[in-house]
Amino acid sequence: MTDTGTYLYAIARDTGTSPPPGLTGLLGAPVRTIAEAGLVAYVGTVPLAQFGEAALKRNLEDLTWLEATARAHHQVVEAVAEAGPVAPVRLVTVYRGDEQIHRLLRDRAHEFTEVLARVAGRREWGVKVFAAPRPAASDDAGGGEPPESAAERPGTAYLKRRRTNLRTREEAWHRAASRAERIDSVLTGIAVARRRHRAQDPQLSGRDDWMVLNGAYLVEDERGEEFAAAVAALRDPELDVQLTGPWAPYSFTISESGAGGTA
Amino acid sequence: MTPDRPRGGYITPYGTGPSAREGANLGDILERVLDKGIVIAGDIQVNLLDIELLTIKLRLLIVSVETARELGIDWWEHDPWLTGDRRGLEEENRRLRERVADLEEGRHGRRAVDAPREGPRTERERGRLEEPERRRVDPERRRD
Repeated sequence: MTDTGTYLYAIARDTGTSPPPGLTGLLGAPVRTIAEAGLVAYVGTVPLAQFGEAALKRNLEDLTWLEATARAHHQVVEAVAEAGPVAPVRLVTVYRGDEQIHRLLRDRAHEFTEVLARVAGRREWGVKVFAAPRPAASDDAGGGEPPESAAERPGTAYLKRRRTNLRTREEAWHRAASRAERIDSVLTGIAVARRRHRAQDPQLSGRDDWMVLNGAYLVEDERGEEFAAAVAALRDPELDVQLTGPWAPYSFTISESGAGGTA
Repeated sequence: MTPDRPRGGYITPYGTGPSAREGANLGDILERVLDKGIVIAGDIQVNLLDIELLTIKLRLLIVSVETARELGIDWWEHDPWLTGDRRGLEEENRRLRERVADLEEGRHGRRAVDAPREGPRTERERGRLEEPERRRVDPERRRD
């Protein structure tokens, strides 16, 4: 019996190379590799006191813990991605020991090999498009408003203005969304695959304006600059187009037939 | 990896590129590591795979709704692609109608009318904070 588990970060092709020297993952533990079936798993040893099932349920509620874990996981995945095609594994995937990882690689070799072939020589780019909601200009303009019909009671007049504002906002939203569709279609034309993520909540994006597009695009390495230039060209005064990446291909590890959105 | 990359601190994506590129923020990272990537077991019974996998139901882990909400990962509740924010507008309209009816009873002066300035989403968030139980999310809903 042991009180440690084997944490799985990512899967890559076995090219006979060792992990980047000095690469550390969760809790500063060194990252090891487990080779099997032409594949290599990047793993680390973690204490079950933190990564056992019950402990995880608790720890995932702890934002500080979650952030540190997410960043450490991400750091390992990105380091592996620098060396070659990688299939990132979802956060906190922990096995009892290395033998289970050998079995995993054997059992699902075909699937993992397929994923790696799909992402080889390609990188994921994230594109978010923000539109500023039209300000509710006349909302409380008071005396600045044009004179209203004397017959109208103030409450009714207010409600009318409010309705107009809301309608204007809704129209602005639809206009921005349809332009985001065009941006998406331009970028999808450069990419080999595209996944649409859900719009992030303002708390997550850290921005109050509307996120009208949150896309992930799998782009050939040699077209990366072209893709970035296309993104830059799509910016305009009304739409802020934000580019992140290149990322390890997190969004493209699910096969077309699997769950997880449109291809 | 580059030798001078900070360990365990703020991670920037690898590679270099146009200056317009943004760094990876926590939200973007969480969006990927929690919800993307290879799923080993997902929601499947681990025993079926005969693997002694310790962590299961990874999708559901984020469902610890309070955590998700704190992180802002509650987009399934008001994804504007799905809702077009109409629900918020309707709520707002209904509320305003009631308010106007009150006001036109002559109980208040005009100034009070100017109070509600927030947009529909803000109003809804407020409502959610007041009534967390009503907002509990069925985890199945966010499966694509």
